[in-house]
Amino acid sequence: MGELFSEFPVWSAFFMTIKVCLLAGVIAFALGTLVAIFRLSPMPVLRSMGALYVNVIRNTPLTLLVAFSQMGLASTLGWHLNRADLYSDNFRWGAVALGVYTAAFVCEAIRSGVNSVHVGQAEAARSLGLGFRQTLGEIILPQAFRSAIVPLGSTLIAMIKNSTVVSIIGVAEIAYLQADAMEQRPDLMYWILAVVALGFVILTLPLGLATTHFGKRLAVKR
Amino acid sequence: MSTTPASVLFDAPGPKTRRNQLVVGATLTVLALAFGAWVLWQFVQQDQFTAAKWTPFFEGEIWTEYLLPGLLGTLKAAAVSIVLAAAFGLVFGVGRLSHLAPVRWLCGAIVEILRSVPVLVMMIGFFNIYLFNGLFSGKEGFAAVVTALTLYNGSVVAELVRAGVENLPKGQREAGLSIGLTPSQTTRSILLPQALTAMLPAIMSQIVVVLKDTALGYVITYEELLNKANQIGSYKGNLIPAFVVVALLFIAINYLMTTLATALEGRLRRSGRSASLAVAPVEADLGVVTAQDEADARNAAGGQGGLH
Repeated sequence: MGELFSEFPVWSAFFMTIKVCLLAGVIAFALGTLVAIFRLSPMPVLRSMGALYVNVIRNTPLTLLVAFSQMGLASTLGWHLNRADLYSDNFRWGAVALGVYTAAFVCEAIRSGVNSVHVGQAEAARSLGLGFRQTLGEIILPQAFRSAIVPLGSTLIAMIKNSTVVSIIGVAEIAYLQADAMEQRPDLMYWILAVVALGFVILTLPLGLATTHFGKRLAVKR
Repeated sequence: MSTTPASVLFDAPGPKTRRNQLVVGATLTVLALAFGAWVLWQFVQQDQFTAAKWTPFFEGEIWTEYLLPGLLGTLKAAAVSIVLAAAFGLVFGVGRLSHLAPVRWLCGAIVEILRSVPVLVMMIGFFNIYLFNGLFSGKEGFAAVVTALTLYNGSVVAELVRAGVENLPKGQREAGLSIGLTPSQTTRSILLPQALTAMLPAIMSQIVVVLKDTALGYVITYEELLNKANQIGSYKGNLIPAFVVVALLFIAINYLMTTLATALEGRLRRSGRSASLAVAPVEADLGVVTAQDEADARNAAGGQGGLH
């Protein structure tokens, strides 16, 4: 088993997975909140744009999005996010695709949170004369994030697991390491699988525990 | 939108607001169209819209040699995985509810472990294990895709079954026990049928997940749609059109399934047969199923909400 760590860049693969997840997470959270606001807005155009985004992205395989972002946008169109280094460019395109995909689920998590806020809250805000922006921003969203925290946590955990998909465009993260190592050292096969599986448990377990903890603590007692 | 809480967030627009909205809406539409046009123009610049790249899709060869076999590969892997995952989920879901503690712990541990390992990791793992041990020779790709999808989605279905049963009113089990049924008889003939009816829409939406995840077979060279798109790309030199066509195929199939699930949900709710609407997985796709509170579930299940 020690050979595994000395022969393959296990630590840098873990580091790469974390990097992809951080970038994708920021994109997903920002974009997802924006799309959720679109879907709730008084403007029919924005609402349908938001719905279109969610429906298209949710029904497309992530694998296809990742492949398209690199082979389509980066290779064919030459849209490089980082002109200096094509290798790190793949990492960025992978993270962008993952972020764009996860944003659709973040949007739905937030929307379900918004819908779980009692109508009376919005009615009270409206009757105080608050406009859409104030009602949503100051009354509804702060409460919505509370009940959205469990689905959001699940989405983030799923995103960490989904980050394996960026390996198809050659980003040297955990799944890439796994495929590579299993091919080169079939004798270490079961060790590799164990290390990789354990790695994901280590990455996702704290988030799962935190989600449960905050979910319980912030739950609205009804 | 009139009945959803969202509409309380703003007033019914007056004439002035309507005019403003029309202006802003038109501007935004124009901007969006302009952006779309710019993207298309970029593709034109890269010769992605030349007839040579798109005409193959109107010829029989691409469909009979690539797209239809790819679609068949996707559907075949998905169908087998769905059946096996349903069986797996039922067995382990019931196992987690068993009154025998060791059975409960064992099933719980297996389900939790399978749920926390990414599908792709399992797929690559099983592919190499099959290859190395000479199992399923010639069909390793298919076998690995099916194994990984079955184990992962089976564990999600197991959680659905468990959540479904646990969210039934307590009285259901008590009634079963009080008329003299054994605990396992109660589970089998009273709790499960109700739980399954309640979870049917969620299970349907899980099918979309399986369909989407077959695309991961691309990595281990299983010949499904995405793999075929890649082959078309290298054969005809039209990777982007091939991706676009395949994406449209996926979206069409999955949208159909989602719509079906939503319709089923509405039907069940109207007929009042769905005993526990209190449960709806918001992120079933993504593997972690959480029993939501009632309000959450009601709207996640309604509309396009949480189903995918």
